[in-house]
Amino acid sequence: MMGFLWFWLVAIMIVGYVVLDGFDLGVGVLHLFLVHTEAERKATLASIGPVWDGNEVWLLAGGGTLYFAFPLLYASAFSGFYLPLMIVLWLLILRGVSLELRNHIDVGVWRALLDGVFGVASVLLTIFYGAALANVLRGVPINADGYFFLPLWTNWQPGIAPGILDWYTVIGGLVALTALTLHGALWLVLKTSGGLEQRARNVVSPLWLILVALTVVSLFATIAVRPASLDNYFNYPFTFVVPAGVVASLAALWLWNRKGEPLKAFLASCAYLFFMLAGACWGLYPVLLPATTGSSNDITLTRAISGPHTLAVGLAWWLFGMALAVGYVVFVYSRFKGKADAAAGGH
Amino acid sequence: MTADIIHRLHFAFTITFHYLFPQLTMGLALLIVVLKTVALRTGSEVWDRAARFWGRIFAINFVMGVVTGIPMEFQFGTNWARFARLSGGVIGQPLAMEGVFSFFLESAFLGLFLYGEKRISARMHWFSAVMVWLGSWISGFFIIVTDAWMQHPVGYTRLPDGHFEMLSFWQLLLNPWAIFQYMHNMTGAAVTAAFVMSAVGAFYLLEGKCEEYGRIFLKVGVIAGVISSTLIIFPTGDLAGKYVAKNQPVAIAAMEGLYKTEAGAPIVLMGQPNEETGQIDNPIVVNDVLSFLIYGTTKAEVQGLDRFPRDQWPSALPLLFYVYHIMAGLGTWFVLLMIVSAFLLWRGRLATSRWVLWALLLSFPLPYIANTAGWMTAELGRQPWLIYGLMRTSEGFSDTVSASNGLFTLLGFMGLYMLLGLLFTVLVYREISSGPEPVGVKTPH
Repeated sequence: MMGFLWFWLVAIMIVGYVVLDGFDLGVGVLHLFLVHTEAERKATLASIGPVWDGNEVWLLAGGGTLYFAFPLLYASAFSGFYLPLMIVLWLLILRGVSLELRNHIDVGVWRALLDGVFGVASVLLTIFYGAALANVLRGVPINADGYFFLPLWTNWQPGIAPGILDWYTVIGGLVALTALTLHGALWLVLKTSGGLEQRARNVVSPLWLILVALTVVSLFATIAVRPASLDNYFNYPFTFVVPAGVVASLAALWLWNRKGEPLKAFLASCAYLFFMLAGACWGLYPVLLPATTGSSNDITLTRAISGPHTLAVGLAWWLFGMALAVGYVVFVYSRFKGKADAAAGGH
Repeated sequence: MTADIIHRLHFAFTITFHYLFPQLTMGLALLIVVLKTVALRTGSEVWDRAARFWGRIFAINFVMGVVTGIPMEFQFGTNWARFARLSGGVIGQPLAMEGVFSFFLESAFLGLFLYGEKRISARMHWFSAVMVWLGSWISGFFIIVTDAWMQHPVGYTRLPDGHFEMLSFWQLLLNPWAIFQYMHNMTGAAVTAAFVMSAVGAFYLLEGKCEEYGRIFLKVGVIAGVISSTLIIFPTGDLAGKYVAKNQPVAIAAMEGLYKTEAGAPIVLMGQPNEETGQIDNPIVVNDVLSFLIYGTTKAEVQGLDRFPRDQWPSALPLLFYVYHIMAGLGTWFVLLMIVSAFLLWRGRLATSRWVLWALLLSFPLPYIANTAGWMTAELGRQPWLIYGLMRTSEGFSDTVSASNGLFTLLGFMGLYMLLGLLFTVLVYREISSGPEPVGVKTPH
């Protein structure tokens, strides 16, 4: 029971991170393409300026929660995915620094450099995140001790001895890139105005079409790579509501964007991300990290979970702390409601 | 270079660089609250501009702290997986609590403080500063709790398969080691901020620019400085030292270079530990003082390294001895300089005492060195243990990550951090050089 609960609490934190920092990353991907003037650039950055850091905190809070609730998974996955994780850390450093310090030096070359870094780091981060999820879904060559170490690539095939990158995980990366770019576009429609808002609205349709195609491909690919992904769905058929949710949210996103309801369209995108991630988690449960070396090496919930007292104590402070955190999030976002004010952007 | 050494260096390098920023964040957050409080109480525009100026420097410092801090949380898993797997049930909690409680708090209210001044009331802006301070000090607390458990494990049980489970949440959080370490560490952060603020104030007065602000920064910095540099020695340093002596006697012996057990043990002010002869070369000592400091009486016996098996001696003994002495030596300089500065401030003569202003200006890097040396003392003193008495450091690193991979990423971090360090220095200097908004000039804010 505790195991089931904590599985979903950690999943919620991951969803929270993707939904929130996802639009920061999406804006990062888009800003090099959509922005034409310096004023628009400032408005773009001001739309995420006050919130990006708090959004990123969900990654840290989630990582810490993973550490105490599922220490074996944390230790195994983080050392096994060592190289891509380190690259992600470097990209996060570059993203944070380029975003935050861009307006600190009033020199064109400086701004152009940091804008470039921000864009490239954002693109790569979305791809790495998508590939990371795909790695988890595909499975990794875990040994009897519960550890593994993946090279960046082997033969580009998922199989017994895959690398971080193979055709399946690359698809995962592209899904994430497309989904989060679309998410960022919808945020810009919500928070900017004038030509920029219009350009953001114009990229929604093409991105949406690509996303629908990639979503379908990724669902079939996941089933092909790990057929056991469907087990929980067939055992509890009402959970097919989750893939239904994916479809519904994509449809809602399209409709609300066409009708000029940017907030609803953005929320539909949040729902899409939620259902995709929830669906992936449910496809795994109770396995946390499948083993390509045979299911006896899977890192399962029971194998990885901390003791009951630890979890009970954790639940108490976690509920309290997350309630506060949600409170702050709501408070801060409400203070920065409405279109981003380029003049107020920055300090 | 073995994987063991590489993984130690990896963590040591990244954490040392990271901590350069949070120490200023935590200390400066407090001083900004002071500036905002005075501004709110007196309605003074100058104090508000002073707060805004330091807010800009704070923001640069904070983002560096954030981006260098994220690798730390992940590094328990990436480079110290065997340790993480066994200890997660205990120290995973305070680490997760740091994220859940303090990071959300800090980032939410920092966003308001930096971006939202026009959208919220003056009182709410002041409150934002207070919340940022609170968030950063809560963050410090949970990290200290984590390290304190490793130094002095409490409230746990060990299961047959080797992994640790928490038995008592409150014992973990109220670990006496954590309380002493926290008091000492936070005071150290205040010392850093006080010296940085004083140095900027001294700079402005020596340059003859932004003088009204210079006087404010000197006043706040020196008052904070004299209080914190006194407290860092007594009582916080004293209490921490006594607790280390009680619980890690071999560490104290190594720190003090006490090879032979002695009643009426002397304190070595300076010298070089000679590992071959088991003595201090070129020693400058004061008799009886070590016994007195630890036990309150000059007759007490202090255990030397000779009382402990060789395999329990901290592995990098001369380094431990030196960093401890660097910390204590600098601490002595701090309190002397701040007492003199505070006295002159009280007499209204500080602003014109050019020698003291120079000393304050040039001293600003020293608390960074002292804080780093202090942490090195704590972590080297704990060796050869990762979890004191329970798990050796050599048993904790990720053994699926080869030395070569570890070195690859260590070099990556070194290069990236060198660039970040340069960037930080340039940006902060530019802020200091352009100064706060001039008094009497209408600003867009």
